[in-house]
Amino acid sequence: MFRYLIRRILWALLLFLVITFVTFVIFFMGPQDPARAQCGGDQATRSCLKLVTEKYGLNKPIYIQYERFFKRLVLHFNLGHSYQTGQNINQAVYDGARETGSLVFGGAVLWMLIALTVGVYSALRPRSLIDRTAMVFVLIGVSAHPIWIGLIFEYVFGVKLGWTPIANYANFFGATAGSGQPGGPWQWFYHLILPWITFAILFAALYVRMVRANVMETLNEDYVRTARAKGAPEHRVLFSHVLRNALLPVVTMLGMDVGVALGGAIFTESVYQIHGLGWSLITAIGASDFATVQGVVVFATIAILTLNLFVDLLYAWIDPRIRLT
Amino acid sequence: MALLEVKDLRTSFQTEDGVVGAVDGVSFSIEKGQTLGIVGESGSGKSVTCLTIMGLNPRRTTISSGEALWKGKNLLTAKPGELREIRGDDISMIFQDPMTSLNPVHNIGKQLIEAVQLHRDVSVKVARARALELLKAVGIPHAERRIDDYPHQFSGGMRQRVMIAMALINDPDLLIADEPTTALDVTTQAQILNLMKRLQEDFGSAILIITHDLGVVAETADDVLVMYAARVVEQTSVDQLFGRPQHPYTWGLMGSLPRLETDVERLTQIPGQPPSLLRPPAGCRFHPRCPHVMEICKTTVPELVPTQKDPEHLQACHLDEETKDREAAKLLEATMAAEVAS
Repeated sequence: MFRYLIRRILWALLLFLVITFVTFVIFFMGPQDPARAQCGGDQATRSCLKLVTEKYGLNKPIYIQYERFFKRLVLHFNLGHSYQTGQNINQAVYDGARETGSLVFGGAVLWMLIALTVGVYSALRPRSLIDRTAMVFVLIGVSAHPIWIGLIFEYVFGVKLGWTPIANYANFFGATAGSGQPGGPWQWFYHLILPWITFAILFAALYVRMVRANVMETLNEDYVRTARAKGAPEHRVLFSHVLRNALLPVVTMLGMDVGVALGGAIFTESVYQIHGLGWSLITAIGASDFATVQGVVVFATIAILTLNLFVDLLYAWIDPRIRLT
Repeated sequence: MALLEVKDLRTSFQTEDGVVGAVDGVSFSIEKGQTLGIVGESGSGKSVTCLTIMGLNPRRTTISSGEALWKGKNLLTAKPGELREIRGDDISMIFQDPMTSLNPVHNIGKQLIEAVQLHRDVSVKVARARALELLKAVGIPHAERRIDDYPHQFSGGMRQRVMIAMALINDPDLLIADEPTTALDVTTQAQILNLMKRLQEDFGSAILIITHDLGVVAETADDVLVMYAARVVEQTSVDQLFGRPQHPYTWGLMGSLPRLETDVERLTQIPGQPPSLLRPPAGCRFHPRCPHVMEICKTTVPELVPTQKDPEHLQACHLDEETKDREAAKLLEATMAAEVAS
């Protein structure tokens, strides 16, 4: 178990190294000039360009620049600053992660609630009216694009009915003083209702189908028959014998999907003007702001690697047949 | 009064292709402490008979009729709650494949304790002590240590012992064993059969054993039911069945037993395939495969009637008894079935 952990962490470090290096290289080879961006683009003076190039070692070979970046990251947990905006990237990633995190974790709770109730019910009553209706919604959920869903929701619930805000994010711990923005837990919740639903629909649809299929398959297992033969009531059969087995693959998927989404739920963030990581990423790519992109990639990599490790440990805990060696 | 009395049991399943009559008019009774064997090929309705008695068939697609009287109470019309109280307590069941019949994510102690606590209002500690007692009774070595192990840490034979322990943990009056040895290797088979016999003496349970193996029947059962294509073709005591088999299908089964003393190139087999229960053949269902087939067999269903010599010996065949006795004698000479019986 201990050895497994060590090995996994070493692998994660290697992966981290490779991923950051590859992104570094891609942007290094891009056409943009960081020094020019720093000096104000077209108005850049020769002396400024020289100064910046010297200061950040932009004329050095790529491996030295990468080493510089990596050292700063590992030793000081510092992602540097943006050449374009001058913004501290740690702060930018933190701000973005807060909003994306709120969106993704809330959305995950929502889609799991839907997937478990609808999926299990459909599996227990296959071909019932509810099952058929659910499958129609699954088809819609899988087919409809989040941006389209978001626009419809904004129009119907925000504009026509006036129930919810149509955009923006409210900080859970209160708004920044003097910003005039809404804040606090209720505003946070209120602003995220539509984004959560929009973000959750696609995953809810996929997960309903997955839960349904897994539960139906598990219901045919011999040990479920054994449980019934023991005289176990149906709810006990379901919770103690069926679900724990049926949800194993779902747990894996959940870990991966949440990890990937933490790198930025780009569509939902765009529709609702949530300035999360996806938003930062798109803006940064548009502005050739390499340092910010690198910051988001670093965060997303860490999120995915951590969640995958967590899921693997959880998996071994749920299923005793899996041994971590 | 018999412990379990089954009268004219019929079970059919609705499938996409039509209605499949899986059990068609089966009657038998089991007394306290007695062992009844049901023999037949795969798909002959043996397992479905037991699952129907236990109420374990899929509810939506199954139609059952007839009676299964448990101590006078009809199990087929009992409410789900009443059935649940009987299952695992008065009647318990062990299944064919021990590799898949235990839940892989719970340790066996937990599964045994669950079986106790579903029917007895006792603490985990008491239930665990009982579980341990049973694990020792079925011969699990180092039971104290192994009680916390998971099913995948046991071999097939050991898992079947755990299943037997779980089935016997509430002192059932009837143990239904659905092909308990089929998935095990031969030496383990003998151990499990011996274990069941010994435990039957200790616990006094009646046993309903389902098998396709006549050897198992000979070793364990008092009475036998031979089933073919959802119907009973012969029903008698073990001694009668092996001493004076009265149905061509039974002969076929016996003829396909391997013999040790004679050298044969290959085993005798019953030609053809068991019929589809979706569209079973008219008349006697065995007639397309029967070497003694007559015109009447193709049109008229033979009734299950007592033989002239023994009113307890029921058979369903149009052949006259003299021919059958002659064929049976010929068969017994040639096979070792009689030896197996003795």
